[in-house]
Amino acid sequence: MSFELSDRVQAVPPSGIRRFFEIADERDEVISLGVGEPDFATPWAARDAAIASLEQGKTSYTANRGKTDLREAIADYVADRFDLGYDPDEEIIVTAGASEAVDLAFRAFVDPGDTVAIAQPSYISYEPGVIFAGGEVLPVPTREEDDFRLTVEGLEEAGADEADVLVLCYPNNPTGAIMPAEDLEPIAEFAREHDLLVLSDEIYAELTYDGEHTSIATFEGMRERTIVFNGFSKAHAMTGLRLGYALGPADAIGAMNKIHQYTMLSAPTTAQYAALEALDSCEDDVQEMVDQYDRRRQFVLSRFREIGMDVFEAKGAFYCFPEVPESFTAEEFAEEVLREQGVAVVPGDVFGTGGEGHLRISYATGLEDLREALNRIEAFVADNA
Amino acid sequence: MSEREVLESLRENARYSAADIARMTDLEEAEVEATIEELEAAGVVRGYQAVVDWDKLADERVRAEVELNVTLDRETGYDDIAERLARFPEVKALRLISGDYDFDMEVEGDSIREVSQFISEKVAPVPEITQTVTHYVMTSYKENGIELGDGEDDDRLSFSP
Ligand SMILES: Cc1ncc(COP(=O)(O)O)c(C=O)c1O
Repeated sequence: MSFELSDRVQAVPPSGIRRFFEIADERDEVISLGVGEPDFATPWAARDAAIASLEQGKTSYTANRGKTDLREAIADYVADRFDLGYDPDEEIIVTAGASEAVDLAFRAFVDPGDTVAIAQPSYISYEPGVIFAGGEVLPVPTREEDDFRLTVEGLEEAGADEADVLVLCYPNNPTGAIMPAEDLEPIAEFAREHDLLVLSDEIYAELTYDGEHTSIATFEGMRERTIVFNGFSKAHAMTGLRLGYALGPADAIGAMNKIHQYTMLSAPTTAQYAALEALDSCEDDVQEMVDQYDRRRQFVLSRFREIGMDVFEAKGAFYCFPEVPESFTAEEFAEEVLREQGVAVVPGDVFGTGGEGHLRISYATGLEDLREALNRIEAFVADNA
Repeated sequence: MSEREVLESLRENARYSAADIARMTDLEEAEVEATIEELEAAGVVRGYQAVVDWDKLADERVRAEVELNVTLDRETGYDDIAERLARFPEVKALRLISGDYDFDMEVEGDSIREVSQFISEKVAPVPEITQTVTHYVMTSYKENGIELGDGEDDDRLSFSP
């Protein structure tokens, strides 16, 4: 028999980066600037805690919402770092990565036909997530002239006043843009005025190089309409351990937990032990990684300027978003620089409206490799000028 | 604290150019160059060396960690003994340490014979030295903060979200 695929699955196109995978696979000595994950290993103390938990045979399910002590530690951490106050018993859920949390939110809050406005360019999983939930995506482009920040005009132009849900991701993947408090305030007002539910993916919050991260949930009247996502993948270099969480009002988190308890039961137990230790004792490791990313960021930005490619001054996450020279589309540039020079980069188009003509460069790669990769990009640009 | 930033970059890779370091920090290239010169002149930066994995080379290099115990008398202090030992080119590192023995000495030579001869003929006879214990290095896993061996390849996906 052949599988009759659901309309929802068919509605999601294949990933825009799969073709590049194949090219990268054929070629040796590829330096990849295409990865959205830290090149650091999880801080040793956190790994040790995971190992110890295994040795002690702590391998059963935990509470659906996550271990109590972990939820308490998360509550303390977000209060301390981001001024977010959530009750660990009812307002926090620990998930298998922020990815699961995002999916739970779409499934819990989006009905078929609901409109989900997504500030773009942005992380590639939101749009499929909305479609799987039966919702409709409304892209809200952000522009380089606005430093890739979301503006009320942008929301109005896209018709987001009619939307049900608004998805934000700052610091942003792929642009590296951040939204300082003064830029978030009018967005918060817009959300209140048009009664939008806000899903705010703040997984790169710690990776803010210029100023402090502000969560939209801290604005007046926003806590009750916002779900905040965060996790351990990025700042704590724990991608493979699959641990994230969501913060929100008790009813909303309760609804997400309803789905979670039937699909995931609980987040990985070993990872929860690692995460608890990460929050307890790995602050210095995080700071060390952030410092290194910052140095790489400055290096990469300045090299692009030397190469003569316009590059947006990324201030968060570990990406920067240069413009390709006019004679190329982003896809062409990415494909040719991979074939000719063995440097893997992601064309901006895959991140949605507003990403065209740009490349996502991840600097979650050692400086030596970054240096070599940028030399190769320079040679490529010179050869093709 | 430009000195610190410059030092950290140089320790990571002494071959970074002043331009590279300027790009990573917020400093001007000229400022980086001047800082390096000052650090060299002040004797903070004492030299630049390659970190070598000798196991990768066909011709052998023998290294030993030697524990030294000494007795001091009124005329001779640790510094005097150290000065004498440090002069031998075979001695690559020499440190006065706390604990069960006094000096920790790294010795390098072309063969085990050469190294043991050096220790028995040149080091042991030093009058203040009461005992030497030689540990030959079998395999080195990390040198100067750099991991040796084949390491793991970066097996992350070449593209990820
Ligand atoms: C914006 C954003 N959110 C979520 C994720 C996934 O995070 P997790 O590993 O916690 O599922 C990523 C990973 O690239 C991301 O960039």
